[in-house]
Amino acid sequence: MSPLAKLLEAALFASSRPLTVGELLTLEPEAGETAVRAGLAEIRDAYAAQDHGVELVEIAQGWQFLTRREYAEALDRAQFALRPRRLSPAALETLAIIAYRQPVGRVEVDEIRGVDSGAVIDKLLERGLVDVVTRGEGLGRPLLYGTTPQFLEILGLKDLDELPRLEELSVALRPPAPTEPE
Amino acid sequence: MSAPTNAVVQEQSGFVVELEQFSGPLDLLLHLITEDELDITDLPIARIADQFLAVINELRLNQAADYLEMAARLLRIKAQLLLPRRLGEDEWEDPRAELVRRLLEYQQIRELVDWLGHAAARRAEQFGRGFRPEPPEAPPAPLVIELNDLLAAAERVIALIPEPVLHRVVPRPLDVEGATARIETVLATRERCGWLDVVGDHPTIVDVLSAFIALLELAKRGVLRLSQEGPFSPIVIERESPREAA
Repeated sequence: MSPLAKLLEAALFASSRPLTVGELLTLEPEAGETAVRAGLAEIRDAYAAQDHGVELVEIAQGWQFLTRREYAEALDRAQFALRPRRLSPAALETLAIIAYRQPVGRVEVDEIRGVDSGAVIDKLLERGLVDVVTRGEGLGRPLLYGTTPQFLEILGLKDLDELPRLEELSVALRPPAPTEPE
Repeated sequence: MSAPTNAVVQEQSGFVVELEQFSGPLDLLLHLITEDELDITDLPIARIADQFLAVINELRLNQAADYLEMAARLLRIKAQLLLPRRLGEDEWEDPRAELVRRLLEYQQIRELVDWLGHAAARRAEQFGRGFRPEPPEAPPAPLVIELNDLLAAAERVIALIPEPVLHRVVPRPLDVEGATARIETVLATRERCGWLDVVGDHPTIVDVLSAFIALLELAKRGVLRLSQEGPFSPIVIERESPREAA
């Protein structure tokens, strides 16, 4: 591997969270973004080619070493690593609405879900999956929420573009067909 | 209608919400619709409303405001559909339209929830670095100690306790000002008075002391004159005449 790739490898090994290209660039600013990206690809390919137990994954707008899927159970059983707590259906619903409607206020989330979502949003804030991104116009200037890099991380997404497009869902939002009165 | 009712604990009284089962009234409604394979855009409202009410009664969700609100909404739509419509009315708006729109929107969210849940589960199969397990709590070591050591330790601790500072709480301090005012009031109307006139009925020791100090103070200031006819005879209090004072 190239010297730059080895430097990047060291940084990624030391980090417990995904590092962005911008962050990695601070290691050697004169290298340039293209070289850093090439270095990352080099590491990823080297780990894949040599068949390692970990792989370099592009995630949450950054890069991170993760253990390979096939070892999930063994690691889980030995308790060398802990699976994150699963999100409740209510939390996932709220996350889905915030992810697609961001920036979005609590009232809109409540309306779509048909239930009060204040407590769920508080939990998501606490877990760092959503954050207040701005304040809305209108009465009381309501807090508007958006998703965080942590949201992408727990879903294993590179960025929000990886979320399914609404048109791809089996139920596309369409206006109800007008019913003829008898 | 069998599936949604199984998990309910019937003997429990009060407010029970099956959180795992339905995340809200729209979820329950959607469940009823898909279970009976109904056309969401042409909902048989009467049937759905009855089923909805039956389920929330059975699941004891009928105390939750969100579910009650939906029940009321369904009944209103049902009633609106029963009202006769004028023939040839073009601008008739289906009272179900808003509900259908919300249901479709919610259905879309449910699909996204499936997708997100799947993505999260897949991500959970991979571990990043930096995992630190909670250190197991060490059991306390067995205590080995001689009785004498224990007593010595207790003494050292007791020696560290400071002597408690005790205050005697006086319920009411002397009220010389009050007594002075009282004496002046009495002397304003009378030339002379007796001791009992200035201490009042049922005087406490504090009243007596206050009055006595006030009298001495006023005598010193020349406001009054104190005299006694003989030893242990009653004290006579006389107003110092203004003329003499001037």
